[in-house]
Amino acid sequence: MTSPWLHRYAVLWSFCTLFLVVAGGLVTSNDAGLSVPDWPLSYGSLMPPMEGNIFYEHGHRMVATTVGLLTIGMASWLARAEQRRWLRNLGWLALAAVIAQGVLGGMTVLFMLPKPVSIGHACLAQLFFSTTAAVALFTSRSWARGPRMVDDPGAPSLHWFALAASACIFLQLALGASARHKALGILPHVIGALVATGMVLWLTVRVLMRHADHHALRRSALAVLSITFLQVFLGIAAYMSRLATADAPQPMPVMVGFTVAHVATGALTLASSVILAIQIFRHVRRPLADLQPIGVAVPSA
Amino acid sequence: MKNVLLSLAIPCVMFVAGCGGSKTSESTPKEEAAAPAASAPAIDEANAATLTGKVSFTGDKPAMRNIDMSANPACARAHAGAPAKSEEVIVNDNGTLKNAFVWVKAGVPDRQWPVPTTPVDLAQKGCMYGPHVIGVMSNQDIKIVNSDPTNHNIHPLPKINQEWNESQPPNGDSKLKKFAREEVMIPVKCNVHPWMRSYIGVVNHPFFFVTGDDGTFTIKGLPPGKYTVEAWHEKYGTKDVEVTVAAKESKAVDFTFPGA
Repeated sequence: MTSPWLHRYAVLWSFCTLFLVVAGGLVTSNDAGLSVPDWPLSYGSLMPPMEGNIFYEHGHRMVATTVGLLTIGMASWLARAEQRRWLRNLGWLALAAVIAQGVLGGMTVLFMLPKPVSIGHACLAQLFFSTTAAVALFTSRSWARGPRMVDDPGAPSLHWFALAASACIFLQLALGASARHKALGILPHVIGALVATGMVLWLTVRVLMRHADHHALRRSALAVLSITFLQVFLGIAAYMSRLATADAPQPMPVMVGFTVAHVATGALTLASSVILAIQIFRHVRRPLADLQPIGVAVPSA
Repeated sequence: MKNVLLSLAIPCVMFVAGCGGSKTSESTPKEEAAAPAASAPAIDEANAATLTGKVSFTGDKPAMRNIDMSANPACARAHAGAPAKSEEVIVNDNGTLKNAFVWVKAGVPDRQWPVPTTPVDLAQKGCMYGPHVIGVMSNQDIKIVNSDPTNHNIHPLPKINQEWNESQPPNGDSKLKKFAREEVMIPVKCNVHPWMRSYIGVVNHPFFFVTGDDGTFTIKGLPPGKYTVEAWHEKYGTKDVEVTVAAKESKAVDFTFPGA
């Protein structure tokens, strides 16, 4: 039995990571990425004067350090107390990811925002947040109660659909990061929004139509659906505010607010879709057609 | 476990590299040095031609936008009487544009023009760059001074020259910097104060001018010949004019930028 304190710690870790995504979004939106030219120290010290954009950049580093320490704590706790080996390994994977993320963040400063590194930093942040949300789920009491299996006949299978939706949302986040760091224009991100929203609609409506009486599936599907609609609204608002303030001599609060909310809700969209995919794999029996091609033995009727 | 140790080792290496790489320097970027000014041939003043003119603006005069410096009290205090204004577009009282960079883009004989030994000043005062636009010759020093009681970072964004980003503490020592290659224009940002922006025009010869409060320009010492003269403006882009000058001739060249 997993300690309830481990789950609470995982939830705290996940919230702090979301806050870190917000802090990172504030850095980019305020054009503060290079306001501290050195790394890992800031102006040669651990605590520079928090003035102007240094507040955002050094604040981001402080929150990142906190999340790094929390991740060390999580990996260590899982290694000592968790019986599921795969979950212990996931803790180590999270630790490796947060270290890689720190290195990428340092490279963005030292090499003055090379686009592939900045985009990689943004994408890994989204994946890392989804990992923390998944660990919070795996350590929860509802997970410990075990699955309540249901069938979902039809093609394509709900499992592949859920994976495709999460992959699609991740690609959409990568396109958003590419637009934000000026590697691509806005058009691919807009097209990606249409595709990702369509995938989410298709997946969640199918889950809600067929499994409305399944608590875990219904709750996860509703979460993805509502967060996705909020994300589309925030995307439009962020773009409109950017157009409206294009002539401003500095980043304006309305643009910064909508854009950072869009970035954070993007992280929530991916994490909720990952949670839905995990719940589908846990609670929905895989159709025979899915199992046979990958060599799983299927008992004859 | 080996992988975890390796992952931990990488940021340690980056830490050491970061400490070394973050040191600011008063030296110039490692690019080719200019030939000594003394060895370069002087301008033939006796036969030199002169270009004069103005950079005009037509249309409704755009309002200069206020800058909100409340994020940094030290900056806000410097403009306590009246808010600082964006210098992106300054239309002079006589209908001309300030901060237009006029330069001879093509036709200048390919020779080693003497590089002035006097640096061009780029100040950070009241959390604004001043002047907003400067012109220098390739390998001419730019003296960067921070007179503010707050940290700045100086971050030029060249496409041809080498990019750099260095901090400058309050009332710290001045920095001498130079750019080796011709590039019109190089934006300069301060990422601590995102409203701070300046532009540097780097030219291989001395035939350039930045318009001031009367919007006029004078380019002296041109050898006789046929030239392309360009006027650049931060918001309105560039305009080119072809002009031919004879020895000792003085010719007028005007540019007009229509507003929105």
